[in-house]
Amino acid sequence: MNFEYALRLGDNSLILGQRLAEWLGHSPALEEDIASANISLDLIGQARLWLTLAGRLEGRGRDEDALAYLREEREFRNCTLVELPNGDFAFTVVRRVLFDAYHGLLLERLALSGDADLAAIAAKSKKEVDYHRRHSADWVIRLGDGTEESHRRAQAALDALWNYTHEFFVPDAVDPGAAELHAPWLADVRSILAEATLQVPADGKFLSTGRQGVHSEHLGYLLAEMQVLHRAHPGAKW
Amino acid sequence: MYTQMMDLPGQVSKGAAAADMSAEERAFQATVDAEGKIEPRDWMPEAYRKTLLRQISQHAHSEVVGMYPEGNWISRAPSLKRKAILIAKVQDEGGHGLYLYSAAETLGQSRDQMMAALNSGRAKYSSIFNYPTLTWADVGAIGWLVDGAAIMNQIPLCRCSYGPYARAMIRVCKEESFHQRQGFDIMLALCRGTPRQKEMAQDAFNRWWWPVLQMFGPPDKDSVHSAQSAAWKIKRVSNDDLRQKFIDVTVPQAELLGLAIPDPELAWNPERGHYDIGAIDWDEFWRVVNGDGPLNRERLATRVAAYEEGQWVRDAAVAYADKQRARARKEAA
Repeated sequence: MNFEYALRLGDNSLILGQRLAEWLGHSPALEEDIASANISLDLIGQARLWLTLAGRLEGRGRDEDALAYLREEREFRNCTLVELPNGDFAFTVVRRVLFDAYHGLLLERLALSGDADLAAIAAKSKKEVDYHRRHSADWVIRLGDGTEESHRRAQAALDALWNYTHEFFVPDAVDPGAAELHAPWLADVRSILAEATLQVPADGKFLSTGRQGVHSEHLGYLLAEMQVLHRAHPGAKW
Repeated sequence: MYTQMMDLPGQVSKGAAAADMSAEERAFQATVDAEGKIEPRDWMPEAYRKTLLRQISQHAHSEVVGMYPEGNWISRAPSLKRKAILIAKVQDEGGHGLYLYSAAETLGQSRDQMMAALNSGRAKYSSIFNYPTLTWADVGAIGWLVDGAAIMNQIPLCRCSYGPYARAMIRVCKEESFHQRQGFDIMLALCRGTPRQKEMAQDAFNRWWWPVLQMFGPPDKDSVHSAQSAAWKIKRVSNDDLRQKFIDVTVPQAELLGLAIPDPELAWNPERGHYDIGAIDWDEFWRVVNGDGPLNRERLATRVAAYEEGQWVRDAAVAYADKQRARARKEAA
C-alpha cells in the first residue's frame, strides 16, 4: 500500500459520501433519507480511515482533514464516476450499483493483504459495502422492472454512466492489478441489470481519468462547497 | 426535536365529570389515573385519539422538517469528524420521524394522509425550524438549545398515557441527549477557539435564544389544551414550568461557555429560586406559527418538492412489488 493508493480509496469514499448526503431531506421516501444518510456515513467513516492511513504513509504530518480540506482538484484521486452530480434518483442508484459492485470486489481483494492495517480497514469496509450493494441493486431492479417511466430513467442513467466505469479497470503504476476485477465485476453487474430488464450499453471509447487527478468540471464545485468553512479559518480547531 | 403545537388553542372539550361518563370512559380514565397505558386496541375517547394523532403527527413532521436547518451544513462541515456526527444526527431525526409516524398510524391515519396534511399546510410542525442556519455555530446552537428544549419537553412524554407514544419517546430521548451533547461540544470548541469562532458562537446564541424560549409554547394562562391534556396524562408539565426549568439549566451552561445571555433583564431571583427573564415577544411567536417566519414558505416548498419529485420512484416500487406478487401467484398456481 502506498500513499497514492490510499488516497484513491479515501477519495472515492469521501466524494461519493459527500454526494449521497445531498439527498438528505430530499429523497422519495423517509426510508431513503435514512438509507442515504447511513451509506454516506459509512463512506465518510471509511474515508477518514483511508486518509489517516494515507497521511501516515506519506509521513509529512498531514491528517485526514488536511488531506480532505486542503488539497485542490488536481490532487484528488477518486474515479470520476463518484463526483458526477446526483441527477435523479435513478442516476443516483445506478451510479451506486456500478460503484458498489466494484468497491466490494476491491475491498475483498485488499482484505487478503498481508498489511494488517490495510486488511483491517478493508475487511470492515467490505461488510458495509455488501449492504450498500444490496441496497443499490434492489433499487436498480425495482426501477428497471417497475413502471415505464422508471425503466426509461434507469436505462438513461445507465447509458450515461457506463463509460465512466472503464476507468476502474485500467492498470497503472499505482494499481497494476486493476484489470483483474473487470470480469467478476461485469458478471455481477450483468446479473443485476438482467433482473432489472436493463440493457448493458455498448462500450464507448471515452475514458475518464479522475484517478490521475484529471477530473470532470464538477469536482471543483463540490470541493469549493466542502472546503469553504475549513479554509476560511486557517488553523482553527472545530 | 419536537413540536410546541400541542398547546395551541383549539376546540378540545374540557374533561367530563365522572357522573357524565359512560362505562367505557370511566374504565379508560381509571387506567389513565392509575398510570396504566392505553394501547391501540383499547377503547379511547374520540377527542383523546384526535389530540394524540395531532400531537404525534406534528411531532413527526417536526422531525422531518427539522432535518433541513442542520442538513444545510452537512456539505460544509468543517472537519470530517463533525461531518460524520452531523450526518448521524440528521439521520436520527429521520428515524424519529419514521418512528413517530408509525406510532401515529396506530391511531388510524396512514403516513400518506399525514404527509398530505403537512404538504398542504394543514398540519403544523415546530416553528423553530422556520429560522435559518446562517453559520456553522447555528448547528451547535440547535443541538445545544433546540434539542435541549426538546429533551425538557419530551422526558415527561416518556410517561405519557398512550403506550406507543411513550415507548417511542424513551428511545427518542436517549438519542436527543446525545444530540444535545454534540451541540454543546460544537459550542465549546468554538468558544475555546479563535476570536472569530467565539464571535460566531455568540452571534448564533443571540439569534436562537428567544425563539428557543418560545418553543415551550404560550404562557400557561393562554394555553387552552393544557387542562384536558393534563387529565389525560398526555401533557404532564406546564409550558411555563418547562420553560423555567430550561432557563435555569441553560444559563450556567452559557456562563461556562463564556457567552453573554442576550437579555439585559435576566437575573437570579433568590426568592423564587429561579432566573427571571425579560418579556418574550409573543407577537413574533404567533407571526412565525401563522406562516410568516423567515423560512415557512421555503421549508414547506422543499418538503413538497421532495414528495412530488419522488412520486415516480414510489410508483415504481409499488409496480415492482405488484409484479413480484403476480409472479409468485403464477408460480404457486
